[in-house]
Amino acid sequence: MRVRVEQTALPGIGVRHDLVTESGRRLGVVSHRNGRRDLVLYDPDDPDACQADIPLTDDEAEALADILGASLMLGQLSGLREQAAGLLTEQIAITAGSPYVNRKLGDTKARTRTSASIVAVLREGEVIVSPLPSFRFAAGDVVVVVGTRRGLDGVSAILADSDPDG
Amino acid sequence: MHDFTTLLIEVGALLLLLGLLSRLSRRFGLSPIPLYLLAGLAFGHGGLLPLDASEEFFAVGAEIGVILLLVMLGLEYSANELVGNLRSAAPAGLIDGVLNALPGAGFALLLGWDWVAALVLGGITWVSSSGVIAKVLADLGRLGNRETPVILSVLVIEDLAMALYLPLVTAVLAGTGLLGGGIALTVAVGTVLIVLVVAIRYGHLISSALSAKDPEALLLGVLGLTLLIAGLAASLQVSAAVGAFLVGIALSGPVAHHATELLSPLRDLFAAVFFVFFGLTTDPQDIPPVLLPALALAVVTMATKTLTGYLAARRVGIAEPGRWRAGLALVPRGEFSIVIAGLAVAAGSVEPRLAALAATYVLITVVTGPILARLPDFPWFKRWLRTRAAAQRREPTPVVDSLH
Repeated sequence: MRVRVEQTALPGIGVRHDLVTESGRRLGVVSHRNGRRDLVLYDPDDPDACQADIPLTDDEAEALADILGASLMLGQLSGLREQAAGLLTEQIAITAGSPYVNRKLGDTKARTRTSASIVAVLREGEVIVSPLPSFRFAAGDVVVVVGTRRGLDGVSAILADSDPDG
Repeated sequence: MHDFTTLLIEVGALLLLLGLLSRLSRRFGLSPIPLYLLAGLAFGHGGLLPLDASEEFFAVGAEIGVILLLVMLGLEYSANELVGNLRSAAPAGLIDGVLNALPGAGFALLLGWDWVAALVLGGITWVSSSGVIAKVLADLGRLGNRETPVILSVLVIEDLAMALYLPLVTAVLAGTGLLGGGIALTVAVGTVLIVLVVAIRYGHLISSALSAKDPEALLLGVLGLTLLIAGLAASLQVSAAVGAFLVGIALSGPVAHHATELLSPLRDLFAAVFFVFFGLTTDPQDIPPVLLPALALAVVTMATKTLTGYLAARRVGIAEPGRWRAGLALVPRGEFSIVIAGLAVAAGSVEPRLAALAATYVLITVVTGPILARLPDFPWFKRWLRTRAAAQRREPTPVVDSLH
């Protein structure tokens, strides 16, 4: 569901964005012309008045946005899973014995053969999102695959040493 | 050479004193304007310790102070904000003008002064102090409040109205009569409209002529342009202050933003000089006779100002507590009232007691205003509002009720 964010100009000061949460609380952000911004929480008894007015530095605002944004993305992912029944995510490790160590992602032809997609690769604590077909696997990589149960099992089999085409 | 030494000593000592006063006022969370006025009264004609050598310096400084106050005011708004605000806020602005200018004008006539003095006093009681109010709103953490845009739009309309009012007053004070005043007003309206259109369409061109990157060039460029336009406007009888205000509006974007930062310290310095100068030229002995009238005028116009904010907030559907916050926040009068009174004093053709009355009036409203603005936050005020609301629910609303 879309959230309605109201924008109000504050002549001489800047602009205010505010919204009412599902729980009935109103909150907003006052963005000053000089770059300062305040997080404001409205009084439940007097919805016109601010109960709290919290000035945020650039770094604080960015950190807060990251936290809220990241949790939002996770929420959307889990929502996606529920919506598309039967669509699963799995992490599959590339062992040293895999035929694809040091070979390109494109060589697996995983999507054509199983209709499951490799959406990310985890390597040494880093996340490589949407790897291209030219991406080269290394032993110890963990690939993130999205697909049906059958598709995921197929990708598992391809990446393990039992791939007939490998 | 001796005079110059005295000048340095007098100006230095006075600025040092103002610095201490400013610090003192910050400690109590008040505006420093009343203290500057008092300092001026103490050191002016008939004061405790008259300063003679530096009066000319303060006179020039005060002129520059007014111009800087106005150019900074213009820089705060973009032309789009002014025009965009106009349609939605015009009714509130009209209520504001009627409720606050008329009592001042009527009061002057009641004192037996002429219509020129009435015009001037109407302006003095009309305009709230944007500077003091913006500071009070920030101090009380009310910038996010939903009645705050109402307060700000009333201030914007007042500032726009001043762009028309100041040239009119300038012309009337110069004694050009009704015809001259009419011509001056036409010229002013025309100039304001042209500047607004040019600022909206070509504001970026004017701004790009002044580079925002080099602070020194920008400071000199903006200051030079402002003084030049202000001087040209004054020579056309349009009032230097309005010229400066229009320069501020015409500048936009990064240039306006950087110019605001660069000019702020200068504005603080010369605005303080301006308030002191107004005090200097006012004889403290004139104050006791006008004290009671000023008090009466302050009480009446503080009430009408509160009513203005209350009605303006009610128009946009703000609840009862917010209406009171909007009303009481608008009470302080400050820089503009002194600017108007200063014009009248400089013209010299107006009732001599006007300066003393204006100074006393501004002193009263600018000190009590920020205190009144805090009232709605007190628990007893909230309780009173609740019992009032409960009483209104029980009894049918009376037919004649000034607030409903």
